[in-house]
Amino acid sequence: MSHLIIAPVVLPVLAAVLVLLAGRRQTLTRAISVVSTSGLAAVALALLIAADTGEYQVYTLGQWAAPFGIVLVLDRLSALMLLLTAVVGVCSLLYAVQGCDQQGKNFHALFQFQLMGLNGAFLTGDLFNLFVFFEVFLIASYGLLAHGGGEARLRAGIHYVVINLAGSALFLIAVSLLYGVLGTLNMADLALKVAAADIEDAALIRSAALLLLVVFALKAALFPLYFWLPDAYSSASAPVAALFSIMTKAGVYSILRVYTLVFGAEAGAAQWVAAPWLLPAALATLALGMLGALASRRLKGLIAYLTVASVGTLMAAVGLFSVDGIGAALYYMAHSTLIIAVLFLLSDLIARQRGDHRDHLERAAPVAQPVLLGVLFFAGAIGVAGLPPLSGFIGKVMVLQSATATGAVYWVWGVVLAGGLLSIISLSQAGSLLFWNTDVKAEKPPLAAPASAAAIMPVAALLAGIAALSALAQPMKRFAGDAAVQLLHPAGYIRSVLG
Amino acid sequence: MTLLLIILFPLLGAALPAVAVRWGRNASAGAAAGVTAIPLALLLFETPRVLAGGTIEAGWRWVPAIGLDLTFRLDGLGFLFALLILGIGLLVILYARYYLSQRDPVGRFYVFLLLFMGAMLGIVLSDNLLLLLVFWELTSLSSFLLIGYWKHHADARQGARMALAITGGGGLALLAGVLLLGHIVGSFELPVVLRSRELIQGSPLYLPMLTLILLGAFTKSAQFPFHFWLPHAMSAPTPVSAYLHSATMVKAGVFLLARLYPVLSGSDAWFYLVSGTGLVTLVFAAYVAMFKHDLKGLLAYSTISHLGLIMLLFGLSTPLAAVAGVFHIINHATFKASLFMAAGIIDHESGSRDMRRLNGLWKYMPHTATLAMVAAASMAGVPLFNGFLSKEMFFTEALELHQTGTLWWIVPAAATLAGVFAVAYSLRFIHDVFFNGEPVDLPRTPHEPPRWMKVPVEILVVLCLLVGIFPAYTVAPLLNVAAGSVLGGPLPEFDLAIWHGFTFPLLMSVVALSGGVLVYFALQYRFNLHMIVQSPSPGRRFYNRGLAWLTGLSEIVTGGLQNGSLQRYLALLVTVILLAGAFPFWQLGWYSGSRSPGMMDGGSGVAWLLLVVSAACTVIWHRQRLLALVFVGVTGLMVSLIFVRFSAPDLALTQILVEVVSIILLLLALYLLPQTTPRESSVTRRMRDAGLAVAAGLGAAGLVWAVLTRPQDTISGFFLEQSVPGGGGSNVVNVILVDFRGFDTFGEIIVLAIAALGIYAMIGGLRVERPALDPARRPWAADSHPLLLRVASRILLPLALMVSVYLLLRGHNEPGGGFIAGLVTAVALITQYLASGIAWTEARLRLDHQRMIGIGVLIAALTGVASWFFGAPFLTSAFAHWHLPVLGELPLASAMIFDLGVYLTVVATTMLMLVTLGKIGAREEV
Repeated sequence: MSHLIIAPVVLPVLAAVLVLLAGRRQTLTRAISVVSTSGLAAVALALLIAADTGEYQVYTLGQWAAPFGIVLVLDRLSALMLLLTAVVGVCSLLYAVQGCDQQGKNFHALFQFQLMGLNGAFLTGDLFNLFVFFEVFLIASYGLLAHGGGEARLRAGIHYVVINLAGSALFLIAVSLLYGVLGTLNMADLALKVAAADIEDAALIRSAALLLLVVFALKAALFPLYFWLPDAYSSASAPVAALFSIMTKAGVYSILRVYTLVFGAEAGAAQWVAAPWLLPAALATLALGMLGALASRRLKGLIAYLTVASVGTLMAAVGLFSVDGIGAALYYMAHSTLIIAVLFLLSDLIARQRGDHRDHLERAAPVAQPVLLGVLFFAGAIGVAGLPPLSGFIGKVMVLQSATATGAVYWVWGVVLAGGLLSIISLSQAGSLLFWNTDVKAEKPPLAAPASAAAIMPVAALLAGIAALSALAQPMKRFAGDAAVQLLHPAGYIRSVLG
Repeated sequence: MTLLLIILFPLLGAALPAVAVRWGRNASAGAAAGVTAIPLALLLFETPRVLAGGTIEAGWRWVPAIGLDLTFRLDGLGFLFALLILGIGLLVILYARYYLSQRDPVGRFYVFLLLFMGAMLGIVLSDNLLLLLVFWELTSLSSFLLIGYWKHHADARQGARMALAITGGGGLALLAGVLLLGHIVGSFELPVVLRSRELIQGSPLYLPMLTLILLGAFTKSAQFPFHFWLPHAMSAPTPVSAYLHSATMVKAGVFLLARLYPVLSGSDAWFYLVSGTGLVTLVFAAYVAMFKHDLKGLLAYSTISHLGLIMLLFGLSTPLAAVAGVFHIINHATFKASLFMAAGIIDHESGSRDMRRLNGLWKYMPHTATLAMVAAASMAGVPLFNGFLSKEMFFTEALELHQTGTLWWIVPAAATLAGVFAVAYSLRFIHDVFFNGEPVDLPRTPHEPPRWMKVPVEILVVLCLLVGIFPAYTVAPLLNVAAGSVLGGPLPEFDLAIWHGFTFPLLMSVVALSGGVLVYFALQYRFNLHMIVQSPSPGRRFYNRGLAWLTGLSEIVTGGLQNGSLQRYLALLVTVILLAGAFPFWQLGWYSGSRSPGMMDGGSGVAWLLLVVSAACTVIWHRQRLLALVFVGVTGLMVSLIFVRFSAPDLALTQILVEVVSIILLLLALYLLPQTTPRESSVTRRMRDAGLAVAAGLGAAGLVWAVLTRPQDTISGFFLEQSVPGGGGSNVVNVILVDFRGFDTFGEIIVLAIAALGIYAMIGGLRVERPALDPARRPWAADSHPLLLRVASRILLPLALMVSVYLLLRGHNEPGGGFIAGLVTAVALITQYLASGIAWTEARLRLDHQRMIGIGVLIAALTGVASWFFGAPFLTSAFAHWHLPVLGELPLASAMIFDLGVYLTVVATTMLMLVTLGKIGAREEV
């Protein structure tokens, strides 16, 4: 048995422990953190290659077979999420070690625990264990969000904590309901039990399923539950916000997993229980996210709203629950995670060179590196607005195409395309203000030192990822499509888990 | 490969001018020219094949899954456009070298220009419609950079944004149209699409598809009512205008129509939409152009008008009209590029573009004036110049409509009218600038430009003349192949001659010429043209108003939804939860289970009542925080009792201990916080919240009832059976915690650890001044560490520690375990802090809590990892029963080591949280 599949959980834990034991030795803690996260990337890549054989890898913890013990399951979707997490993790971390990590305590331990929580959530095959890992990454995120201190962060942090605690409580209620009715927690087993459930239990199961959907939609930031996100993400420090770009995806992941495996085609009385709700909610999210971006007066706020909008696009495709739709969504998810991370890191680079104006969208002295930051911003904006030739465009075309043959085609096309126009307008306004409409006569802010190559590197690396995603769109789409097929045909998953 | 190289040279070579600028402006321009000249040479190399009617194709795969591939084709139409793009591009590069001033960053200019050139070449050489769209949007993006080149000008910035919004938005419509087209045909490859005319025109999606594609083309080619971005794009440097608005950017729209002409044209919808829009644009823009005082403004509207003319020709859907359209594309590119360049020279050498001030320049710059006159004559459609030929063809075709009904005369009449206006504004361009008195108050004395700045204009003007006089020997072959690929079939008979005899079109030309002269002089001398000030473009006003409306809307919507109120977000969350939870029952009805939950005994009844009452009291007195805390304590205690009632001693113990720790934690926090919560919510809001809370509570209760009344069939039977044989312990709860579901516990202790670390990160080191008086304004007790408490706590400590070790060790078989033991230890230690003060305790208890957390988690993790060495998965347990003398049988399980990790983590996290919080308000001396 290969233990590689559990490495994404164990490795960050060991790193976090070592960081704690290393105490205040700054270089050592940074080295541990970076080495571990890079190792995570290597592991994730190996797992992705392994998963792409189409085999499910099942790891039975404590040798207690499912459905009694907890299992980790690796399929293409899990592997993709792990790799995305590792890539965003490495880049955020490399940015953080430029100095952000010293603005508060315990950054690296919390960071590693957050990675552990995310990885665990992407791997587990047990609904209660999913709850546990949700708690792990959420509680780590509370700490990370507050990293760096300040009133705005604290305020946003409190809102974030309270709302997510409410979400966690609901998660527990929903899981208990399902356990009470179906008597099991393993997701594969739940799938069988739901399929075989009495018609009299249908309403109760569907109710539990919808409550669970509310939990995941809250994490994924879907309308009308996204309101916590803009403040939280825009007040987090840059590497944290960049890492959070994958955290919202944990909600998306859970919806994809649970509502195809447990409440999918075979779910009898609870078949496709999420389907009627997701698409309208997603389109509303997209539209309101884009409007929010236009109304933003700060760059980070704008990016936070674009994060919301990207979730909308993504979930619109998921909401179609077709191979094409989910395939498109997975490709788009990889794109949007990377590009949002790029923009959050970049916004910090820009803000640092604008003195007291920070990332406020107002006229200020030019930044110290207008050409470099301008080019990066332009590339990032093209990516996030879904303009060619970057992966945003390809992903958007996939999403539109996946809706073509469905009844929702006009809604999806209309909202996605109009949203694209809004993003072009808001980004061109922001870019023109930040890089063109500068006050050359104004005094240079005292701290406007040019960013070092080491600080630029993570941004450039993420953009290189975007470029790779664009150039290799065909193999990526093939992978995403295969992952979607796995999701929509869960029999193999169930067989692998339950034997 | 050649085709790819033609596109890649400008795209990849775009960086060169930026590098070369280190060696001077000439080097930068030279690099740009080189990067343009090579693909031009490559293109010309293919001339014989293309003129022979051949089509060169090349392709590579990119994303076949969505139909997007790197396929290219060079046919007559593509060749013509590529020639214009590269040829005029080369001239513009030369021209810009002299036009741009010392202050302008030349390198950046050429970078943008080359990027644009590459994108434009991509459009005309794409053999795949999605690929075409990729390049289409790239032209929008690069033109955004070009128009905004003078970034310090507000006009330039706004013009750039407007152009991007309009053409980029059009691009999105085009994307939708192309996707529909691809959906109809099943492919985005042009050869396939161009073969599918019947399929496309017969499709029910034809009209929406056509409308969307036309939206893309109309926005790009500045057709009414989307035309207004073009005049505002004039704030770009003149070389940019000369390039974008003659041969390239705005021609992309007409190119697209030409490209898809074989499959889209011929329907009524096409006819009315395309020629209707073209006709309105043609006349309207020509009219407006006459009144523009700005040289570039006049040229901008003239460009719009001519684009309308070309649109109209394609819309007419007759083969000859299409030929005329292609011909006019060539002619317009040559004369309009030269006119823009001439306007740039005038601006550059005199410092103004205002025709009310620029008068009588003939004597200062006769050479430039001559060039401008030739080009303007061509624009006006004067015989012997190339513009005349295509205009004659246009008039001829306009007359061909007489079979369409009684209104057939509209097109020829409008055409003649537009001809009149065109003559008038062309005449104005010449007369106002070069004659008509003396210059008025110019910033500098006008003079001829540098020699090389005129060369590009001269080349273009010579072309105008050559084509105009010897069409058959110059342009004919090119026109034939280009028109051939537009029509996709045999060419109609046509004769490229200046003289066709006395025909009706000639009469129209004569009317246009004479009428135009009359109109201009009438305007100038009768109505005092210079005094007529047009209201600023309504399109721009509309755009700005629309944008302001949209921004306002977004602010209202965003601000209205998100007022930053946590209460609102929570209310919304609870509402959604209620709807989600209730909907299935509303849909499917309520089925209560068949099982009776049984009767409640008296003791449980009392506990239940106390639970309900204490919970309700917490809500009622939540503003008095201490009181609320007491009620919370009661609630917790009742929960523990209920656990006892249901024979769950582990849970009861844990619950009690958690209660104790939480209450201490809350007390420490309350110590620093106000004692009462201010009343902030209005009555209505409290009613709303009460309603939501009651509904949510009832809903939860209903769900619980539904579950409890159903038969239970869970996996818990397995745990009961396997606890001893499989897990080596008879305390099933503990075996579940450390073995069956040890992985959950592993996660949960990490949650605890993170919580402590997070709290420490957030408030560790924070110091708050302790108030001198308590909330009731009494001084604090002088003896903060009473003797009795001190002594008692010190006696209790060893006892408590012993108990906790006992609990830890027996946990696997009897109630207890790492979690409970950890809490007991923590409570005992915390008591020391409370009784004797932080300083005293810390001097004796040197624990680095963070490190201890690390060690605890490490032990738990290593227990898990250790199983790997036995070939078992993470956290696999092993156990054995040893018989020892005296002690008897000693059951040992590896899970107990795991439990030790749990124990250490729980102790350390609890301590870290409490101590961190306790230190905040501590005075120095304690």
